[in-house]
Amino acid sequence: MTDHAPPRRHLLSIADLDRPDLERILDLTGSFAEVSQRRIPRVPALRGKTVVWLFYEDSTRTRLSFEAAAKQLSADTVNFSVGSSSVNKGESVRDTVQTIEAMGIDAIVVRHPCAGVPHRVADWIDASVVNAGDGRHEHPTQALLDLYTARTHLGGLDGARVAIVGDILHSRVARSDVLAFTSMGAEVTLVAPRPLLPSSLEGWPVAVTHDFDSVLEEIDICYLLRMQLEREAGASVPSLREFRAEYGLDAARADRLGEGALIMHPGPMNRGVEIDGDVADRPNAVITEQVANGVAVRMAVLFLLLGSGLDLAEGERMMAA
Amino acid sequence: MAERERRFTVPHTSGTFRSRSQVMSADDVDRAIRRMTHEVIERNHGTGGLVVIGLQTGGVHIANRIADTLAEIEGSAVPVGTLDVALHRDDIGLRPVLPQAETQIPVNLDEQVVVLVDDVLFTGRTVRAALDALHTWGRPSAVQLAVMVDRGHRELPIRPDYVGKNLPTSREEMVDVQSDGVHIGELV
Repeated sequence: MTDHAPPRRHLLSIADLDRPDLERILDLTGSFAEVSQRRIPRVPALRGKTVVWLFYEDSTRTRLSFEAAAKQLSADTVNFSVGSSSVNKGESVRDTVQTIEAMGIDAIVVRHPCAGVPHRVADWIDASVVNAGDGRHEHPTQALLDLYTARTHLGGLDGARVAIVGDILHSRVARSDVLAFTSMGAEVTLVAPRPLLPSSLEGWPVAVTHDFDSVLEEIDICYLLRMQLEREAGASVPSLREFRAEYGLDAARADRLGEGALIMHPGPMNRGVEIDGDVADRPNAVITEQVANGVAVRMAVLFLLLGSGLDLAEGERMMAA
Repeated sequence: MAERERRFTVPHTSGTFRSRSQVMSADDVDRAIRRMTHEVIERNHGTGGLVVIGLQTGGVHIANRIADTLAEIEGSAVPVGTLDVALHRDDIGLRPVLPQAETQIPVNLDEQVVVLVDDVLFTGRTVRAALDALHTWGRPSAVQLAVMVDRGHRELPIRPDYVGKNLPTSREEMVDVQSDGVHIGELV
């Protein structure tokens, strides 16, 4: 091994990354997208590294996607299932992660219903921490895969017009995406009824409208968010039918989108609420592509944090060299 | 990132190459490519089933030239690909490693004869990584190795099939294949 102590390296928030950081992660993602196309989609880059999933909240695609990413890099993975653990006996998050770390791990991927938990975990342990969604705060790998998908289709994101539509208030995806798309030079408009917007948007680099129909023709990306009924989004609107009438992407609205405009959704979709069933299957809906790209983006992130001998920022300097 | 202030020093292999002497001219390289191409055809009795794959980044240019020359001599195009072996290297974790360039395998490699092409053969570790990477794409019937310069100092049992020039070097020296020929020098 080299004599330098490995630095602590984490992916906690898109806010920690500037545009060159983001661009290099996206550039690197291309190299990893190729791995999935091989007959044996596996490279030995993270052999001997152990990654733990610590999910205090339900997830299918994010966990499976991280799992696929880690497996394709030959990392060992350990799933910590909160439901059947000592968490039920009252163990604190801090004790849990320190116990896990004592078993010898290299990274911990955390999802928690409270904002800021991954940041706290990063203070407590030496392993790399990846935020896989913390409360209403951030979901950085989702934003990275959204950027990658959008950039692949649009070529570049400078001046791209993005509408993020729906349940902004409860959405960590919206926060990460606003930061990610604006730092890549895109213009973001939030489209939502007032009860589904945060009470203050001061300092957010976004425009806001309550009229979905007024922006349809001019946007390059129509990014729909799920109504987070488990976070009581339903209480914020008179009824889901009314929400759908005003803010759902139905066939008529989808027809008015400009040519080449992308329809994106972080999943899981509530077909018939924020997006109509057949709209989600249109050729310009890149929703399943987002999922596929998620694996490559997470490979790039895990590799940068664990395998490259660099941190997220150093990787970009090396590629620039 | 929050930890950005915690910089650490990386044993970088980067730097600028300073040439001490030129050991092959551009014409010498042309002749070597032509001779190696003839050897490839002779050894394989033609170009049927051949796939030429250049190792990123130094081998790509030479692979393309070998493939062009193959097509010129035999009159039919040969598939050419590129391979980035960064993720298969055995020094991952010992020094910074990033995939830098695209891997592009144009055809199914099963039962094909792959000619791997690199600019300089040194320790053999890149070629080992390449062999490892190749088998995730398929099972070639044979893999052959063509290099412009073999500079010795092998650390693994790897041997080239086609060599542009055997060049005795010291470990500290560096060999660089450039558009105007082959130079020997060091990093400064």
